[in-house]
Amino acid sequence: MFDFIISFIPRAVAQGIPLLYGCTGEIITEKSGNLNLGIPGVMYVGGICGVIGSFLYERTLGGAPINPALGILIPLISCIVGSMLMGLIYCFLTVTLRANQNVTGLAMTTFGIGLGNFFGGSLIKLTGADIPSISLTATSNLFRTTLPFAGSTGWFGQVFFSYGFLAYVAILIAIGASFCLNRTRIGLQLRAVGENPATADAAGISITRYKYVATCAGCVIAGLGGLYFVMDYANGIWSNDAFGDRGWLAIALVIFTIWRPAASIPASILFGGLYILHLFIPTGTDLAVKELYKMLPYIVTIVVLVLTSLRNKRENQPPESLGLPYFREDR
Amino acid sequence: MHGKQPAVSLRNISKSFGPIQANNDVSLDIYRGEVLALLGENGSGKTTLMNMLSGIYYPDTGQILMDGKPVSIGSPKDAFDHGVGMIHQHFKLVNVFTATENIVLGLKDEGGFDLKAAAAKVKKICDDYGFDVDPNQKVYDMSVSQKQTVEIVKLLYRGAEILILDEPTAVLTPQETDKLFAVLRNMRDDGKTIVIITHKLTEVKELSDRVVVLRKGEYVGEMVTAEATTQEMTNMMVGRQVTLNIDRPDPEMKYRMERIRVKNLTIKNREGVTKLDNVSFSAYTGEILGIAGISGSGQKELLEAIAGLQTVESGSIEYNVDNEQVEQLIGMDPLKIAGMGVVLSFVPEDRLGMGLVGSMDLTDNMMLRSFRNGLSPLTDRKEPRHLAELVVDELEVNTPGVDTPVSKLSGGNVQKVLVGREIAAAPTVLLSAYAVRGLDVNSSYLIYDLLNRQKGNGVAVIYVGEDLDVLLELCDRILVLCGGKVSGIVDGRTTTKNEVGLMMTKLGGGEER
Amino acid sequence: MIHVVKRKEMPFAQAMAIRFGIIAIALTVCGVITALTTGLNPIAVYGTMIQGSFGSPRKVWILLQEVALLLCVSLALTPAFRMKFWNLGGEGQVLAGGLASAACMILLGDKVPNAVLILLMFVTSLAAGALWAAIPAFFKAKFNTNETLFTLMMNYVATQLVAFFVIVWENPKGSGTVGIINQSSEAGWLPVIAGNKYMLIVILVALLTAGMYVYLNYSKQGYELSVVGESPSTARYVGIKVSGVIVRTLIISGAICGFAGMLLVGGSAHTLTTSIAAGRGFTAVMVAWLAKFNPAVMVGSSFLLEFMGYGAGEIATTYGLNQSFGDILTGIILFFIIGTEFFITYRIVFSHKERGVVEE
Repeated sequence: MFDFIISFIPRAVAQGIPLLYGCTGEIITEKSGNLNLGIPGVMYVGGICGVIGSFLYERTLGGAPINPALGILIPLISCIVGSMLMGLIYCFLTVTLRANQNVTGLAMTTFGIGLGNFFGGSLIKLTGADIPSISLTATSNLFRTTLPFAGSTGWFGQVFFSYGFLAYVAILIAIGASFCLNRTRIGLQLRAVGENPATADAAGISITRYKYVATCAGCVIAGLGGLYFVMDYANGIWSNDAFGDRGWLAIALVIFTIWRPAASIPASILFGGLYILHLFIPTGTDLAVKELYKMLPYIVTIVVLVLTSLRNKRENQPPESLGLPYFREDR
Repeated sequence: MHGKQPAVSLRNISKSFGPIQANNDVSLDIYRGEVLALLGENGSGKTTLMNMLSGIYYPDTGQILMDGKPVSIGSPKDAFDHGVGMIHQHFKLVNVFTATENIVLGLKDEGGFDLKAAAAKVKKICDDYGFDVDPNQKVYDMSVSQKQTVEIVKLLYRGAEILILDEPTAVLTPQETDKLFAVLRNMRDDGKTIVIITHKLTEVKELSDRVVVLRKGEYVGEMVTAEATTQEMTNMMVGRQVTLNIDRPDPEMKYRMERIRVKNLTIKNREGVTKLDNVSFSAYTGEILGIAGISGSGQKELLEAIAGLQTVESGSIEYNVDNEQVEQLIGMDPLKIAGMGVVLSFVPEDRLGMGLVGSMDLTDNMMLRSFRNGLSPLTDRKEPRHLAELVVDELEVNTPGVDTPVSKLSGGNVQKVLVGREIAAAPTVLLSAYAVRGLDVNSSYLIYDLLNRQKGNGVAVIYVGEDLDVLLELCDRILVLCGGKVSGIVDGRTTTKNEVGLMMTKLGGGEER
Repeated sequence: MIHVVKRKEMPFAQAMAIRFGIIAIALTVCGVITALTTGLNPIAVYGTMIQGSFGSPRKVWILLQEVALLLCVSLALTPAFRMKFWNLGGEGQVLAGGLASAACMILLGDKVPNAVLILLMFVTSLAAGALWAAIPAFFKAKFNTNETLFTLMMNYVATQLVAFFVIVWENPKGSGTVGIINQSSEAGWLPVIAGNKYMLIVILVALLTAGMYVYLNYSKQGYELSVVGESPSTARYVGIKVSGVIVRTLIISGAICGFAGMLLVGGSAHTLTTSIAAGRGFTAVMVAWLAKFNPAVMVGSSFLLEFMGYGAGEIATTYGLNQSFGDILTGIILFFIIGTEFFITYRIVFSHKERGVVEE
């Protein structure tokens, strides 16, 4: 049993980290009143941009050893720029042009997944390989470098230290976001924008700026989740559609955590665990039953959705103006 | 006072919203250390004008000068930077925030972000002025007057020099109003400039130094308050000599019978707060029963309970079909009530939110109640269209046609559409809430006239109103609510404004039934 | 300084001109992007796209069938959207319907006459789709549970349910697919009319379009759901039972999605996979929204999106690009159209800050 837990937890964490990035990003976005259903697309774009960056870099090396700083910075910056551009598209359409947020988000998801798979497919073709995936082993090794004492501390190290740096960054970002939202002036103003933009506006807060910054920051954070997935979790191997529906799960997690980034740390690990539980449940040769176990995260989300709607506490409700465009002169 | 440099000058300001011209070529000056009353009827453009000064709207044309220099106020922040703060009628507060969080919202203090220090400062302001606000209370837990207090503290905290208050007394009890006026006078004596938007002449008289009058979005004149009479101000506001003289026919005693009998009605809202407490009364055919009270005293709940839209805690509401047959309305929904043959019309307070569908045209709004008629699964729009045309004709609704969405109409025309539909049903009971709110004088009189005609037809009319003068001239009897309790029912012909006003604020007085 | 103000009503013709203009611009941008990616001249790109959609009678019929299928799902979602109920669960509802059809075909294929089988498929598919939509609707009506995410999650539950049955019904064993169902007997395959296997679906969906148009604009139920969508308190005020209307409308919405699932399994694919809905549940959201929830206009918007998809697919095949290229072009076109509404509702006013005077 103990062995099971020791092998289960690191895998649950590794599954949970992309969700944590997506969830934290979406919480920050939603706190500004934007319901960004484009997050699944953004995470694809974040992943593929990192892949493109490091692919081009690794090709210029031509066999020379990889420079660790560049090997990390190039995909990281490509990922950030790509995700930010997605955020800007979303903001331009929904904030500046006041378009419907649901439709814009879905279009972003179509576009983002298409972009990821298109460039993924095109790069695969460039490599001329037979297998339908790109392998960026050198870069991935950099991203997967664990803390030096991970191996020497036994099970403790395995559970707590056996992850690449992006996993710790995810947790730091979540804690930082929690602090920022609850303890700083910027957080207070951001929450005001999402709750009641007319009030925030009357108080002299720039609604447009807060929505843009929060949504783009949220997209960048979510995009990092895509980068983590391909560089760390998938060992630097990009295959089309591998990321799957994790983006939607991340959005569902936002409700599960009642818009609290700190709570999203354990919650995303829990979801990560549910996501891979089917691998650990002995079903023998009955492969079909495994498919049923894969429903778990979605069913849990549905149960949580229903439960949150049953609770009436004011603090547990979504930001009051979530999903609504703001126009000062509306009447 | 004149001859000084004005603190603010508005020059030739115009603003329109789509087809509606809210302000047209308005110019006025505001001087330091005065209380200026901006007087005008509902819909005369007072609020729009001040919203342009506080950065909520931007003028289409015209110019704003501060201390003689042209400024551009593009946002509320610009307004703050010029020392202008406004308390809106709909409070600008975030419900899930505490008082302090709301007060410091948008401020950039030097040093760190310290809510505790801010709370202490808020506490001090409250203590100085005797405000009853807990800095750490959440806004959603506050009463209306507490919320307003938070708004005032917010401006004081920011040290605003020019304070604009939009209809500040609409939600206050007389005691709270007195307190507010005392504070405002203190602030003026401190050298602050105060603009109060109002349509109540008594307030203008009591508080202001100078009064500027707007009518239909235009500047019509100004007076020094001390030198003006109430009559002069009224004339300027409505544009012609009016005496509030509503026709009040005597009820036909011959046919008079008890139509609705409410007994021991108690209603709690979803949060468990008692909104109506053991209310009992009767409404008779052929009379107008007025309901007076500070807004939020349970008027809305009372009407909605009769209309079958409220969950009732205890008590009964009986409908007398004739003297033998009595129906219980509690536990019924509007459909069941109609199914019993009770024609109950209801003109609710929130016209576009409840009585009508804003995005639908007049025809579709006419069939809201009648669309179920007939067995066909398809709707018949011929009758409703005919009715819409009739209402447009008879009530002189100003609309491009019956295919126009009602949200595009002005407030008065929206109300005519709603009242027209409700009366067309030939009701036996007519409930109306704030039927003339936002209407110009002509439309208001049209509505009074319609209500009187219904009364003449033997309808039991229940009229919830806010203007005591109208209640006293229109209603046969007036039921006064105070905090969800009946503080008395008085005869509309013999009572005085003073008596009703007193009953609105404390229980007792007046005869029981 | 720039200010945005609401327009006075824009004439319909002008609004349509703007919309078509934007679509033209979007197509141009797509052409330029394609030209840059493939190194072709843009005219050739459009030629290829048209070739891909209209190149042969068979291609035209396939396009028409695809338009019909997408339109069918869009029609299904529309009553829910008119009620302001964001049904993002079209995907799952289609899958549920398809699953029910496949179950009938596999389990009863050789046991009942074909007409009975098809009738059973029809009934069970509609019921399955309706059930899949009614669950979130019930919770929305009862507890105001967020329907956007609930319906979204139901998609994945349906996907896994289908994945489960695909393994249960594996044929041949170990292939991981159910193969073509009843390939020899063709039991449960929708009939071929006039020798054209695409015709039936097109006709059925055309009838459905007309029916939905009438339902939404002229029926009492259609009127009720519009009132509920625009103002729930007005609906209650006139005695409409809001929760009942929500559940009823979603049963209709889900049932039509289930019908689309039956058309897919019984009419065109004759197999069951987890990806049989192929994102139509999501694309349909955009089709419906672009058409402002008007069934007649949806014919045009679903045609536009399918044409883009097929055209881009042809480009991808011809020039050896990835098939996802179509999604990128579709995304770009959608961004343009989504942004257009702003210019129809608002106008922009420029002013000079220093004078504080506004000029247009």
